[in-house]
Amino acid sequence: MRKSLDTIIETIIFICGMLSIVFVVLIFGFLFKEGFAFFKDFGVSKFITGQFWYPSSEPASFGILSLILGSILVTVGACLIAVPIGIMTALFISEIAPKGVRDVLKSLVELMAAIPSIVIGFVGMVTVVPLVKNIFNLSTGLTAFAGAIMLAFMAIPTIVTISEDAIRSVPWQYREGALALGATKWQTIRRIVLKAAMPGIIAAIMLGIGRVIGETMAVMMITGNAAHIPHSIFDPVRTMTATIAAEMGETVRGGMHYRSLFAIGLVLFIITFIVNFTADLFLGKKKNR
Amino acid sequence: MIKLNPKLSQKFSYLLLCVATILAIVPVVVIIFIIIKNGASVISWEFLTSMPKNGMCGGGILPAIVGTLSIVLCAVLITLPIGVCAAIYLNEYAKDNLLTRIVKLAIVNLAGVPSVVYGLFGLGVFVMFLKLGVSIIAGALTLSIMELPVIITTARGALSSVPYSFREASLSLGVSRWQTIRHVVLPNALPGILTGAILSIARISGETAPILFTAAAFYVPHLPHSPLDQVMALPYHLFIISTQIPNMPKNIIYGTALVLLMMVLTMSCVAIVARIYFRKRRKW
Repeated sequence: MRKSLDTIIETIIFICGMLSIVFVVLIFGFLFKEGFAFFKDFGVSKFITGQFWYPSSEPASFGILSLILGSILVTVGACLIAVPIGIMTALFISEIAPKGVRDVLKSLVELMAAIPSIVIGFVGMVTVVPLVKNIFNLSTGLTAFAGAIMLAFMAIPTIVTISEDAIRSVPWQYREGALALGATKWQTIRRIVLKAAMPGIIAAIMLGIGRVIGETMAVMMITGNAAHIPHSIFDPVRTMTATIAAEMGETVRGGMHYRSLFAIGLVLFIITFIVNFTADLFLGKKKNR
Repeated sequence: MIKLNPKLSQKFSYLLLCVATILAIVPVVVIIFIIIKNGASVISWEFLTSMPKNGMCGGGILPAIVGTLSIVLCAVLITLPIGVCAAIYLNEYAKDNLLTRIVKLAIVNLAGVPSVVYGLFGLGVFVMFLKLGVSIIAGALTLSIMELPVIITTARGALSSVPYSFREASLSLGVSRWQTIRHVVLPNALPGILTGAILSIARISGETAPILFTAAAFYVPHLPHSPLDQVMALPYHLFIISTQIPNMPKNIIYGTALVLLMMVLTMSCVAIVARIYFRKRRKW
């Protein structure tokens, strides 16, 4: 009796273990099904390289190049801010800060990760957006630049937490060896610790990028949502995620426009899959050493 | 090129790192401060427990609070058992083979899928294909898949922190593998699993994009009666009143943001404090 009960429970556990695979396949399969139906009608290359996103005009045009460029511009901007700050913060927390300060800082970083993106978007809308408008004398502050600033705040916790993990897992002997040779603490950090932790830090950056590309609500509120090819970081842009969120409500279920949004979802899914896969490779490399 | 004195360059670099840390931390404090300063004046018992009035420009936000709580609670009830079982599988049963590597890869990727893509998936599968409609249950299912990788990862961490010798002692007494897990491993891992669960509740309470097309409604004049009802939700309500309704009184927007922020931050703080407490109390 007890034995068969054990077998039943162990089977359930096994099934739950496999569910993650099932869900990934389901999500991909579902996006692919709707996306594929769209590509058959519209064509993949026209979709990816088309400059005009006019989903409801006649004839409709579904080119997402401007949306892809919007996403890239915001992401690159956010990374330029978040990566140096994130890595330096991780170094400060793990190598320099005394223990008490370290715990407080780590908790604050964790709290930052918990702030909902909609709240960050709202605060950005009422503070950063008017600030950007006034400082750079623009007609509107709703720009890729404002979006990049707010998204950087959201990428920083990811980058700090994972880099900090990587830095802390560098064996103590490495540091002792360098210090024993007469290197200063900073030389040790810069030449030894940073180098040894590099795979983990690259993984942290990749995961930060993944977080920024997928971010939806904050970018929708801050970047201005203009679907045209941006010329500078002070242009309003529209990202892929914001397009899905903003337009899904007004589409006809099962129509071209509806399916085109799933096709954008498919593109996003593939991008984040590659980003996360690469990050995972780097994390694996760290563990194998 | 001038060669800097190593001592001096160390001082300079430390200063730089310190400034970076301040830059990273200050926004959290500023965001929380702005919301509290502008929102605190609206918070009252009435604001929390009455229905919106005059096209949301007055009254309270009760339906949004109830809506968010019901979606989140449903989601956790679905995802917690599945996630813990999956973590048990990975930590206690899985061999180091190709299948396990694929499972781990799937979890990593599930964690990286953008929230709005989960929204699309939920719309296609739960709302349309399973015909659940825009409802609490469709939103909860969507959020539960999104939260699954987080629950698995934290639960796995908790399980793997139980020393191996505990399992060996139990197994050597002739106890079966599952009984060992059930009576030895799980009780010791429980605090870690629960803190992980609280953190994930906090996280999904603030999610907007996944419930955008699966559960949230612009305005519902009554509280939800069944899991198949559409509901208002705090994050979506905040989105609506801060972007879609012109001339919305600013203090109500800040008040709504404050309620959401406090809900999320309180839960996160509870989890963080609980984790520190349990770590200190641990005997091994």
